[in-house]
Amino acid sequence: MTGPLAPGRAAARDSRRADRSGPDRTRPGRRWSGRRPESDDRHTVAVGLPVALWVPAVLGFLLIALPVLGMILRADLRRLPELVTSDAALTALRLSVETAAVSTLLCLLFGGPLAAVLARSRSTVVRLARPVVLLPLVLPPVVGGLALLYTLGRTGPAGRLLELWFGVTVPFTTAAVVLAQTFVSMPFLVVSLEGALRTAGERYEAVAATLGAPPFTAFRRVTVPLVLPGLGSGLVLAFARALGEFGATVSFAGSLQGTTQTLPLLVYQEREVDTDGAIALSLVLVVVAVVVIAVARPRVAEGLR
Amino acid sequence: MSVPSGAPAEPFLELTAQVRRREFALDLSLTVARGEIVAVLGPNGAGKSTLLGVLAGLLRPDTGRVVLGGRTLTDTAAGVHVPTHRRGVGLLAQQALLFPHLSALANVAFGPRCHGVPRAAAAQRARELLVEVDVGELARRRPSQLSGGQAQRVALARALAGEPELLLLDEPLAALDIDSAPALRALLRRVVRGPGSAGVAGSGVAGSGVAGSRRDRAAPSTTALLVTHDVLDALVLADRVVVLTGGRIVEQGSTRDVLTRPRSPFAARIAGLNLVPGVGVPGGLRTEDGTMVSGQRSADGLAPGMAAVAVFPPAAVAVYRDRPDGSPRNVVQVRLAGMEPRGEVVRLRAEPVDGGPAWVTGLAADVTPAAVADLGAAEPLAPGVRLWYSVKATEVKVHPAAR
Repeated sequence: MTGPLAPGRAAARDSRRADRSGPDRTRPGRRWSGRRPESDDRHTVAVGLPVALWVPAVLGFLLIALPVLGMILRADLRRLPELVTSDAALTALRLSVETAAVSTLLCLLFGGPLAAVLARSRSTVVRLARPVVLLPLVLPPVVGGLALLYTLGRTGPAGRLLELWFGVTVPFTTAAVVLAQTFVSMPFLVVSLEGALRTAGERYEAVAATLGAPPFTAFRRVTVPLVLPGLGSGLVLAFARALGEFGATVSFAGSLQGTTQTLPLLVYQEREVDTDGAIALSLVLVVVAVVVIAVARPRVAEGLR
Repeated sequence: MSVPSGAPAEPFLELTAQVRRREFALDLSLTVARGEIVAVLGPNGAGKSTLLGVLAGLLRPDTGRVVLGGRTLTDTAAGVHVPTHRRGVGLLAQQALLFPHLSALANVAFGPRCHGVPRAAAAQRARELLVEVDVGELARRRPSQLSGGQAQRVALARALAGEPELLLLDEPLAALDIDSAPALRALLRRVVRGPGSAGVAGSGVAGSGVAGSRRDRAAPSTTALLVTHDVLDALVLADRVVVLTGGRIVEQGSTRDVLTRPRSPFAARIAGLNLVPGVGVPGGLRTEDGTMVSGQRSADGLAPGMAAVAVFPPAAVAVYRDRPDGSPRNVVQVRLAGMEPRGEVVRLRAEPVDGGPAWVTGLAADVTPAAVADLGAAEPLAPGVRLWYSVKATEVKVHPAAR
């Protein structure tokens, strides 16, 4: 007879077997080396890649790669060291790196929590506010700079209060450069981090809560480590965007050497006066970009898991 | 609803909850005694996960009350909703969900650390628990270096480390392969049912292996709610079974009672029994369409006219191509709906013939492969073929139905 007795016998059998077998087998040959075992792709067929896609794909690649190559060919390589180490160039480079670093930090301090709120809050208000955060991604940077100017400028509502209460004028200062860069680069961090937060999901946080972790402990010890790869790539993207910022900076901060003239602004100013100098400085920006991609990207993409 | 025989004397957990969602509504009340393990069985969408969510504080019921060990955790009338991390309700889910950035040891120490246990003491406690669940040697491993069974063991240790007053087990074995599930089931029995939540293995209890045997323990141990769809889990681990269907409790009682005398189609199916609903009459049961099912009246107080169910095992069903003559009282024509191999037998599932009784839907008959070959001698046995099911009246038990 089947029925309740049969499963009962099965249970007894199972528990006996379990006692004998003890802990589960360890997977052979899997040692922790900090990265996944590499897959052997040589034999795998690329299903789902129509041959016809290759032509536009190559054209698209060339559109990106050829101009960079063209600029390298046009560069006067003998005069390159001298052009790159000129006073104006070094000043602009230092200003660029410093302002980009500060604005990346601001992106982290404000964009990080913003991403967490966007990803986790169930409030309708937050859902409605979300598209606003993406505005700088689609807005022409010059327009963004003007918007900053008419808000924080002397005649702007916020600017007038700042001047009245603190005697502070923001436009055409280094602080304006940082603000302009933060304005355009924050969405890159927010989008990247929000995606990571949504992918990680709330399951781990729920588990942490059942283990007795208050929300902030769970955030610090579970959520943040889980999204570190997304946070890393977001920070790299934000830094790169801040470094290349031109439009918002020029309209909100101007182009004053030593104060607001970052490297892209210097390149633009030099492009007709001293073409060789402009190209040399451009190459510096290309090198920085390549370093950012080559050094930072694989590490953040590979991630923790 | 009949009073469940395994009803707790002094409720440790009291729950009433109504949750109305788009597709279904959960409406139930449940009490659990201290140290009791209650299995919640039910088909997909019955509201099992919603129930656990309400207990863990991850879901707010529309109306309801949760009282655990004298503490009110949820009371919608008074606006009380204790947050998850202050409930003392642990959770072991289908997926281990170990924090991927922490070692096994740090995962287990996470709970004690959150409760303010110093680092060294938390690590020590975690080490003991890992030994308890037989993975002491894996303490330094990362979750990605653990097999599914090992990860689930670590997750169990982690859930116990917080010393929850109530442990929620949400299909803890469902995602494991067939090799590691039995071992973990035995482990769960040892550490969750054993005397003291993390004490010495309760070999005397584990060795008995009798379905539904009550534990007799001096100290009350872990109180747990086990959601499962596997009858074995309920048999091995639970004192009491609650069957949930469509957001309501349709049946509850001691594990043994529910599984040997199921009153709901779901409980019968998971117990591997056939079940025919109807009204009790002398000598058996009459179905809605008037068919008489002859059977033995069970000893649990069935009177004629009461709602009743006839229960019989699939192995008691004989199958014929042509209407059989002879002693079997119960003969019904069905259409073959499907065949599934079940170890050494083949299970035939029935569906109604045109104009025939609807209650034959899903009725199972276990026959040998040789019998399948004989039945298919003239015309191959395939879904749609008409067959006769026959069951001796002595194989049919008629129980009062909970309705």
